[in-house]
Amino acid sequence: MPDRYHIHTVPTPPRFRRIGKFGNVDWREDCSRCTNCVKLRCLYDVYRHEAAYNRDPLTPLETSDECKACLSCVQGCTKGLLSASVNPEFLDLGDEYWKPDILLTTWNQSDTGRIPVSGAGYRGRFHGPGFDSIWTDMSEIVRPTRDGIHGREYISTSVDIGPKPLRLRFTPDGRMLTAPSHLLEIQLPAILDLPAWPVEDAGGDLAKARAAAAGELKTLAVMPVAEATPDPFVVPLLGRDDIANSLEILKAARMAQVEDCPEVAELAGKVLAVNPRVILSVRMPLGPAAAGRILDLAGERIKVFHLCADLHGRERLESGRPGRHIKDALRELHGRLVKEGIRDEVTLIVSGGIALAEHMAKAIICGADLVAVDTALLVALGCRVCRHARGTGASCNPCPAEIGSADEVYAAQRIVNLMGAWHSQLIEVLGAMGIREVRRLRGEVGRAMFLEDIEREAFGDLCRVPRNRVSA
Amino acid sequence: MTASDWPQQEVVREVRPAPDRYRNALGKYRIDRSAACAGCGRCVEVCSYGVHAKPPGYAFTLRPQDHLCIGPECAESPESCVAQCRQHALTMRRNPSSECMGDPRWSSDLILANWHEAATGHAAPPHIESRHGASGGGFDSMRFKFEVPGLEQPVAAPTAAEIDTGLDLNNRGDGRPQAHIDIPVYGGGMSFGSVSIHTILAKARAAVAWNSFTCTGEGGYPDRLRPYDDHVITQVATGLFGVREDTIQRVRIVEFKYAQGAKPGLGGHLLGDKNTPAVARMRGAVAGNALFSPFPFHSVYSVEDHKKHLDWIKEVNPTCLVSVKVSTPTDVDMVAVGSYYAGAHIIHLDGSYGGTGAAPDIAKKNIAMPIEFAIPKVHKFLSAEGIREKITLIASGGIRTAFDVLKAIALGADGVVIGTAELVALGCVRCASCESGRGCPRGIASTDPELIQQMSVEWATQRLINLQNAWREQMVGVLARLGMSSIRELRGRTDVLCYLTGDPDGEVWQ
Repeated sequence: MPDRYHIHTVPTPPRFRRIGKFGNVDWREDCSRCTNCVKLRCLYDVYRHEAAYNRDPLTPLETSDECKACLSCVQGCTKGLLSASVNPEFLDLGDEYWKPDILLTTWNQSDTGRIPVSGAGYRGRFHGPGFDSIWTDMSEIVRPTRDGIHGREYISTSVDIGPKPLRLRFTPDGRMLTAPSHLLEIQLPAILDLPAWPVEDAGGDLAKARAAAAGELKTLAVMPVAEATPDPFVVPLLGRDDIANSLEILKAARMAQVEDCPEVAELAGKVLAVNPRVILSVRMPLGPAAAGRILDLAGERIKVFHLCADLHGRERLESGRPGRHIKDALRELHGRLVKEGIRDEVTLIVSGGIALAEHMAKAIICGADLVAVDTALLVALGCRVCRHARGTGASCNPCPAEIGSADEVYAAQRIVNLMGAWHSQLIEVLGAMGIREVRRLRGEVGRAMFLEDIEREAFGDLCRVPRNRVSA
Repeated sequence: MTASDWPQQEVVREVRPAPDRYRNALGKYRIDRSAACAGCGRCVEVCSYGVHAKPPGYAFTLRPQDHLCIGPECAESPESCVAQCRQHALTMRRNPSSECMGDPRWSSDLILANWHEAATGHAAPPHIESRHGASGGGFDSMRFKFEVPGLEQPVAAPTAAEIDTGLDLNNRGDGRPQAHIDIPVYGGGMSFGSVSIHTILAKARAAVAWNSFTCTGEGGYPDRLRPYDDHVITQVATGLFGVREDTIQRVRIVEFKYAQGAKPGLGGHLLGDKNTPAVARMRGAVAGNALFSPFPFHSVYSVEDHKKHLDWIKEVNPTCLVSVKVSTPTDVDMVAVGSYYAGAHIIHLDGSYGGTGAAPDIAKKNIAMPIEFAIPKVHKFLSAEGIREKITLIASGGIRTAFDVLKAIALGADGVVIGTAELVALGCVRCASCESGRGCPRGIASTDPELIQQMSVEWATQRLINLQNAWREQMVGVLARLGMSSIRELRGRTDVLCYLTGDPDGEVWQ
C-alpha cells in the first residue's frame, strides 16, 4: 500500500496562560470549611490548578482543564459562596469577525492538532453573514466513498496549481503545438500566507517556521523575498527590482508570486527566464475588477491568481471601503470565468478571512481552488487579533502575545497542528458529502445550501413581518 | 397490543413538585444582602414571591432564595424589598452564574424556563423568555400571528378540555397495529453509554406516563428497560451495537438510523473513557476501546436496498411499525419519498443543529440543513406526491420549547422528537462537556458509577413528566387561541405563522 498523506501532530502547549472563558468568584467570608467542599469535587480540578498557579506562576499550564461552567460548584456550595461569570476579558478578544470563540478553538487546535469535538448540539447563531450562511450537503445513503469512517484515508485533499490547458493542439503531421505545461501538486488545499499586517519578527523565526511547516505539510509558504531562502516549499513574493538579486531563491522555488501591476506580464517573463519551470502567480485584491483582470492576464499566459480579501473576508474596493464577502464575490467571479470558458485553465487562490476549517471548504465550494491562510497562523501562535492588529497596517509592536519571540520549531509545530486539525475537518466534510477528492468540491454549489435559497424555498409562503414589530 | 412478554409497569401521569436537585437553585436574578442587614424582616413582609424568609426564632433572615425573584419589574417599584429595606442592604442584579449557561440557540432564559417547567409542571413566569431562543433565525425568527401586535385577532376558541394533542403513528393502513401517542412528542435515541442508565430509565418512565415513546439509541437494550417495552423504540443503527432478534421482537416500533443531525454523514463515536465494562457488555465490545459506528449502512446503497432492510425488520417482528431516521441533505424530500415506498411508517428527519451526543463542531454547524428548512420541504413534496396522509413525519434537531413543537407542526410535521430538552430538564446546563473524561459533570450523560448517583430515577422521571405537562398546557393554550380542537389541525398551517425579517438583534450584517 502506498504512503498516504498524513500530518504528524504533536501536542504543543501554549507559552502563556490562556484567557479563559469563565471565571469563578469565590467569597471566602462565611465559608464553613465543609469537609466535602465542592472545590475538591470539581471534575476538572480547576480550583486546585488555580491555587497551584497562584502559588507559583511557573506551574505547568493545564489548558485542557479550564472551567467548563458546569456550575456544579456554584449550585453545590453549602453556603452559596461561589459564583461563575463570563470573563469580560475573553469577550473583549478579537473583533466582530475574529470572535473570541474562533480564537479559542484555533488555540485549542494548535495545542493538540485534534478536531474540536463537543456535545449538546450546535451552540451558535442560526446564521450570519458570509460563510455562516452556507451549509454543506451530506449524502444519506449512496456515496462514492462507500466506506465511511474507515475509508477516510482514501479521500484526497491534494490540489493542482498551474496552467491546465483544456485541450492539446497538434499540427496535421502530429506535432504538438500546445506548449508543455506542468502542474504543481500540493497535498493540502491551503498555503501559508504572509501575515495580514506587519508582525515583529526580528530573528526571522516566524518566516522560518512557516517555511518549515510548509515543508512538513507538503504545501507552500508565501513570503517576501527578503525573508525567503532557497527552498522548494517557499513562494517568494517578488517586486520589480528583486528578480536580479534573487536568482538562487527563484531557481529553487516551485512557485513565485508577483504583485499585480501594469507591467506584470513583463515581470512574469523575467521570472520565467530565470526558472522556466516555476509556476508564476499574480497577487491581486479581491474586488469587482478581478474577473476582468484575470481574463486579461490569462491571455498573457498567466494562469495562477492569488486573490486577497480583507481581514474579514470582504472585497477590497478602491474606495477603501469593504465590499462583498468572499462567498458572493467569488461565486460571481467563478461563474464569469466558467461562462468565458477559462475556469479550468486558471487556478484561484483566495485569502483573507479564512478563520476556520469550514471556511476553507466553503471558499472552495464558492469557486476557489485553494485558500491561503494568514491571520489564523498568527492566532495559532497566540495572537488575539487585538487592537494593535486591527489598526490600518500598524505594526504589532510590542505584540502582547510576544509572537516574535516564539522559536522556529515551536511555531512550526503549532502551525502544523492547526493545519492538521483543519485537514481532518475537511475530510469530515468531504466524507459526509461522499466526495472522494477536494478537486471535485470546487464550485460545487449544488452540494451546498445557501441561506437565501433555502429560506425562500422553506418560508417563502410565510407572512413577513419586520423584526422590530415584536419585542425581543 | 403489546409485543413484549415481560410484565409492563405503569407510571402515574401526575404533576408533582420536583425542585432543582442542587442545594442552590439558579435564577435569572440575584439578590445580594450586605452586612448592613439588621434582620428586621421587612423584606420578608414585602416580598410576595418567597425570596426572603425568616423562620420563627431566627434572629436574621435566611439567605435569599433569589431564583424566585422576578427581577427589575418588581425591584424598581417602590414596594420592592430593595426599596423597602431600611438599611439599604439589598441589591438586585442579573445573576452572572446563570449568564454562563447557554448560548444563542439555548439561551440562559430557555434553560431557566425549562427548569421551571420541569420543577412545577407549568409554564415559566413571564420574566423568563420561554418561547424563543436568541439565535436570530429559524424558529427564533418565527412567531404565531397572534404574538405580533395588530396582526391577527383570536378566533372563537374551543375549551381546553376539548383539545386533543394525540397522534396516530401508523397511517399506512397496512394492517399493522396502531400506535397512538397522547402528546405529539416522543424521546430521541440516546444510547446506553452516551447517557446514564438513570437518564434512560427516567425517559422511559415518563414515556409510559404520557403514553408516548422513548428510544434506545444504538447502544443496545438494557434489561432494566424491559418493564417499559411497550413504550420503547429500539434502534437499528449502522454499528448494530446490541441489536438482536429478541430486542426487535419485543417493541412496537423499530427505528432505522441512517444518519443523525449532530453529525450528518458521519458515524457515531463513543470515546474509550465512556466504554465502561457495563457498556461494553451491552454492546458486545471490549471495555475501554473507542467504538465507531460506521457511516453509512454498508448494506444499503439504494432505495431497493433500503426496502430490503425494512422487510427484514418487518419479517422479524410482524406487528411492529418501522421508523426511518435520516438527516437533512439537499435531497431530503427524495429520501422521504423513497422511505415511504420502501415501506416505512414514520419518516424521522433529524436536523443538523440538534443532537445530544459528542460530535465534531464542524459537523454540527455546517453539514446538512437545520430542521426548520427541511420540514416544509418534505411536507410539500410528500403532499405533491399524494402520499402525505400515508406517512407520519416526525421532526427533531433543535426542538427546545412547546412553541418550537407547535411551529414544527405548523410547518408540516406531524410530531416531534426531543432530546436536549429532556436533558436540560434533568439539570443539563449545556456546558458541552459530555464527551470528555468521565463525561457529564452533572451525571446526566455519564456512565461513571459515582457521577450517575447525583440523580435518582424517581426525581428524573418526575421532571420529565412535569416538562411534558407544561408543554401540553402551552400547546393547548395556543390551539385554543387558534380555534383548533386537535393538534392534527395545525399540521401544515403556515398561514398562522409569520417570519421576522430584518437584522437580528444588534448583529452587524452586510
